[in-house]
Amino acid sequence: MEFFRSHVLVCSGVNCSFKGSRSVRNALVEEIEKQGLGQEIKVVETGCFGLCEEGPVIVVYPEAVHYCRVSPGDVGEIVEEHLRKGRIVNRLLYRGEAFPKAVQTWEQIDFYSRQKRVVLRNCGLIDPDNIDEYIARDGYEALGRVLRHLEPGEVIGLIKESGLRGRGGAGFPAGLKWDFTASAPGDQKYLICNADEGEPGTFKDRLILEGDPHSVIEGMTIAAYAIGASKGYIYFRGEYNLSIDRLTQALKQAREYGLLGENIFGTGFGFDIEIKVGAGAYVCGEETALINSIEGKRGEPRYKPPYPASAGLWGKPTCVNNVETLANVPPIILNGAEWFRSIGTEKCPGTKVFTLTGNITNAGLIEVPMGITLREVIYDIGGGIPNGRKFKMAQTGGTSGGCLPGALLDVPMDIDSLAAAGSALGSGALMIMDDSHCIIDVVKCFLQFFRHESCGQCTPCREGTWRLYELVDKISRLEATMEDVELLRRLSRTMEDASLCALGQTAPFPVLTTMRFFPEEYEAHIKKGVCPAGICSAVSQTA
Amino acid sequence: MKSLDELKKLREKAQETIRLREQTEGTKIIVGMGTCGIAAGAREVMLALVDELQKKNLADVVVTQTGCAGLCEKEPLVEVVRPGQPKITYGYMTPEKARQMITSHIVNGQVIGEYVIAREDTVS
Ligand SMILES: Cc1cc2nc3c(=O)[nH]c(=O)nc-3n(C[C@H](O)[C@H](O)[C@H](O)COP(=O)(O)O)c2cc1C
Ligand code: SF4
Ligand code: FES
Ligand code: FES
Repeated sequence: MEFFRSHVLVCSGVNCSFKGSRSVRNALVEEIEKQGLGQEIKVVETGCFGLCEEGPVIVVYPEAVHYCRVSPGDVGEIVEEHLRKGRIVNRLLYRGEAFPKAVQTWEQIDFYSRQKRVVLRNCGLIDPDNIDEYIARDGYEALGRVLRHLEPGEVIGLIKESGLRGRGGAGFPAGLKWDFTASAPGDQKYLICNADEGEPGTFKDRLILEGDPHSVIEGMTIAAYAIGASKGYIYFRGEYNLSIDRLTQALKQAREYGLLGENIFGTGFGFDIEIKVGAGAYVCGEETALINSIEGKRGEPRYKPPYPASAGLWGKPTCVNNVETLANVPPIILNGAEWFRSIGTEKCPGTKVFTLTGNITNAGLIEVPMGITLREVIYDIGGGIPNGRKFKMAQTGGTSGGCLPGALLDVPMDIDSLAAAGSALGSGALMIMDDSHCIIDVVKCFLQFFRHESCGQCTPCREGTWRLYELVDKISRLEATMEDVELLRRLSRTMEDASLCALGQTAPFPVLTTMRFFPEEYEAHIKKGVCPAGICSAVSQTA
Repeated sequence: MKSLDELKKLREKAQETIRLREQTEGTKIIVGMGTCGIAAGAREVMLALVDELQKKNLADVVVTQTGCAGLCEKEPLVEVVRPGQPKITYGYMTPEKARQMITSHIVNGQVIGEYVIAREDTVS
């Protein structure tokens, strides 16, 4: 064993990478060599720490000191002062608005202490390119136990008992989906991990895969055993280069260790995973469009039924699960269904990973128990609204979710409560907006997105998304009448009823929820001809 | 991978390499790394400590540094902090003494009285 007195972990998550964490890492390695500390100090690239807003982030162990917004120019000082002389570089410590004192380790701040890390248990702690570090954290133990000691039916029973529900948007019980696929007649079955993640403002699946790829591989292999699949796919969008590289590397290591391939754990069970890369259309995240895309066809959704569980990829029984759903599986196997049910709410056990974006102090990646309130997430973990502004709305569930007003800040964040409140949990996008935003303008942006992403296969959505956009644009030009609002409402209902897939069915969601929660804003634009936030004007802004 | 046993062996080995990041309450060795400490040879002492720990496979011992301790003339200084025991400070350390200290104090629990310059009464 090589002994290092210090490990320096550099975040290589996508957000820090954009801010130059790679050059920080290179500068560190170079400076450490230059100062002759190479044999004492190890530099490790790791996954997202969560506080992406403060990136690039590095953490120095054994002290667990977190440095924020590190640039290559800071590296000399960190190496000389901290690594050589043991003096913490105060000016690079975290200093939030809410934290008058500089914070050495994040465990001290609410941002971390209020979280519950199940899916992200290894993120920011291990080197994702090194399977040994995953194994050190009990990796592949769940798979070994499953293959050695459980029948497929018992695995399905355990997942059912745990109450795990899909984290990709629809919240369907995972155990039930596995059961349907397992009991569907067919010699060949497939497992697909949906890592498409086309929702604007969502990047959790990619950070999970970048930070802890083996947890997803292990979850997939367990699922495959349960449903009787010998072949699996991970479906990515093409621009996720780093995730794809990481995953390719992880798959290679798993194969070398005999954790993928033939005869895993000497049990005769065989399974392997192939990466499929899509072209980045939002609709390709929809499971049947995704299946078409893997088959080399146009990424258009299919009619359901038949559901993929009975006739999916190449017409064979197929189970499609989200990245986060699968990453939950190994901890459930290791700790039991009871343990999982002790986290979160009764109908919605476990945790949820959210990407916290918009006007929020601690933007980043968080994992919290289901049922935590929006207020806790925004004010305790998120550190509140910056720049002295006021909260206006939170969009949960992404573009097809809903916009919740301040009066609903105490709504519990779980699948059923958010649906009851008129919004959705969705895949975990959480965008916070302050009072500088105009609701009409925001809704227009979402509709612009849908207009662009509609696959055009069915009329209510293909035409409807354009008409929705035009009507809202008219409101934003302060030219609309109350009749237009009525038309907007009717069109929305038609789309909800008549669209083929959930893209068209949910596209009107932002319109309907904002009409419901912010009627005064619509009225101001239409009846008084003013935009309260001062954004919309009579000058045409039609794209 | 053919068995759970094989996985377990691999895991135990791998755990040692990341133990440093787990923030467990173990033994801590702190080396004074102020300017005069370095001048007096603290870096060599620390390298000897790290090397000796590696040789003896003591992955659960953490080596950190601290700045000036105000005892310049007794440098290099090495402190040993163990849960439930008083903090021991050794002075005038050399790489040779550092290695001895690991064997005697860390492995066998015998403080080398001769090298000690301070003993904190309060239990840490
Ligand atoms: C337009 C559209 C986009 C979707 N995008 C994704 C996606 O990016 N990732 C995902 O996991 N599920 C997405 N879904 C949901 C999938 O169809 C499917 O329900 C999910 O992958 C099932 O996994 P789960 O049961 O583990 O949640 C999308 C659905 C629609 C209608
Ligand atoms: S609802 Fe929209 S995205 Fe879905 S199939 Fe119809 S046109 Fe395509
Ligand atoms: S990507 Fe670095 S902290 Fe999130
Ligand atoms: S510099 Fe070493 S004790 Fe002061």
